[in-house]
Amino acid sequence: MKTSIARKILMALSGLFLLLFLFQHFIINSLSVISADAFNSASHFMGYNPIIQFIIQPILLFAVIFHLVMGIVLEAKNRKARSVKYAVNGAAANSTWMSRNMIITGLTVLAFLGLHFYDFWFPEIGYKYVEFGPEDPGRYFGELQHKFVNPVRVALYCTAFIFLALHLLHGFQSSFQSVGFRHNRYTPAIKKLGNIYAIAIPLGFIVIALFHYVSLLN
Amino acid sequence: MSNTMKLTLKIWRQKGPKDSGKLVDYPVDHVSPDMSFLEMLDVLNEQLVEKGEEPVAFDHDCREGICGMCSLVINGRAHGPQTGVTTCQLHMRSFKDGDTIYIEPFRANSFPVIKDLAVDRGAFDRIIQAGGYVSVNTGAAQDANNLPVNKNDADKAFSAATCIGCGACVATCKNASAMLFVSAKVSQLALLPQGKVEAQDRVLNMVHQMDLEGFGNCTNTGACEVECPKGISLDNIARMNREYMVASLKKEN
Ligand code: SF4
Ligand code: FES
Repeated sequence: MKTSIARKILMALSGLFLLLFLFQHFIINSLSVISADAFNSASHFMGYNPIIQFIIQPILLFAVIFHLVMGIVLEAKNRKARSVKYAVNGAAANSTWMSRNMIITGLTVLAFLGLHFYDFWFPEIGYKYVEFGPEDPGRYFGELQHKFVNPVRVALYCTAFIFLALHLLHGFQSSFQSVGFRHNRYTPAIKKLGNIYAIAIPLGFIVIALFHYVSLLN
Repeated sequence: MSNTMKLTLKIWRQKGPKDSGKLVDYPVDHVSPDMSFLEMLDVLNEQLVEKGEEPVAFDHDCREGICGMCSLVINGRAHGPQTGVTTCQLHMRSFKDGDTIYIEPFRANSFPVIKDLAVDRGAFDRIIQAGGYVSVNTGAAQDANNLPVNKNDADKAFSAATCIGCGACVATCKNASAMLFVSAKVSQLALLPQGKVEAQDRVLNMVHQMDLEGFGNCTNTGACEVECPKGISLDNIARMNREYMVASLKKEN
């Protein structure tokens, strides 16, 4: 934690963990397109399995908070490392926009996460641990659909995922570099996989959202 | 001389470390495309001296791309618009008649401006002093076959050793991170049997010094690798991250 490389490695590890989480979240969400029952039972399992609720969920929360706090701290430190800026900056010639703007894409995703917590996570935690509502394995699908009625919310949702895609286009491959995993044979494949992941998964979330929005129109 | 160029230079002038500095316009005429960039500045300086003005201070020494003294950020790019060359190897044929050229010093708080375009890169020396060496006296060269080195490792070590310590990686990095330089200096020794013995202490000490000097944190933008005049690879940074991880886990106190 005290040195730049330690922070870099932890940033990468928390990011990799979040990538895994996002993937399983995507799988469960896609069930909602295939069958309401399947989505309900998967959500109920995630919501009531003690290992997931009391071990994985706290780790996840910690990873999210760590990744965002550290991301902001690092950005602040990095800005301080050059107080007089260049009059002309040719950065576009040597690096991608995504790699230079992780703080912008990251903060956009964070803002969305706020909305997402407000929409789903707080009510869920409130229902289960404050109101002690009864277990109701059939409620999830309706709750999900309900959020995709408002076109403004759907638009916000889609925009956030575009920013997430930009974040991951750099983040996926960058995390491998940070933990020192770089190899002539495997790195090109990791970069390809990263690009596929960064585009396919957010696009998948967008398609799911649009699917529900359209199916609720009539 | 019909093919000479007329240029407008916007040069960073700063009287000393405490001065706030500003860009000043200098028109230059009759610039031959065959001049090197530094020769063009020499011509400008002679004109300034003739006029009784203070010449522009800039660093240089070998003027053949090996010493790492020349610096300059030219139109927003460290060592100018070409890749794989230092400022002293850049020629005026890379520019067009009528161009406006911005010339700024390498900017990083760890590289304070001494005057105009000259910056203090002593931070690099202190990082080397923290561990960028092999501490035993090796004496006369022994028979080469006594110390077999894998050809692949020898090549990688040699590539890392081509780093001339110019600091373009820091100047280019949006975070002013020195990771490319430090990783080259860690790698050139870590890959060879003579350097392996102290590899763990070396990486810990050099990274520690790098942090003390106030360089920013690497975010893998890869800009350094593109602008490095010697083509030092990001492989070295990955290697240093690995070496650092192992060394800090194994460290006894
Ligand atoms: S790594 Fe390249 S850019 Fe950085 S100091 Fe060495 S030669 Fe210069
Ligand atoms: S003056 Fe020596 S490398 Fe440019």
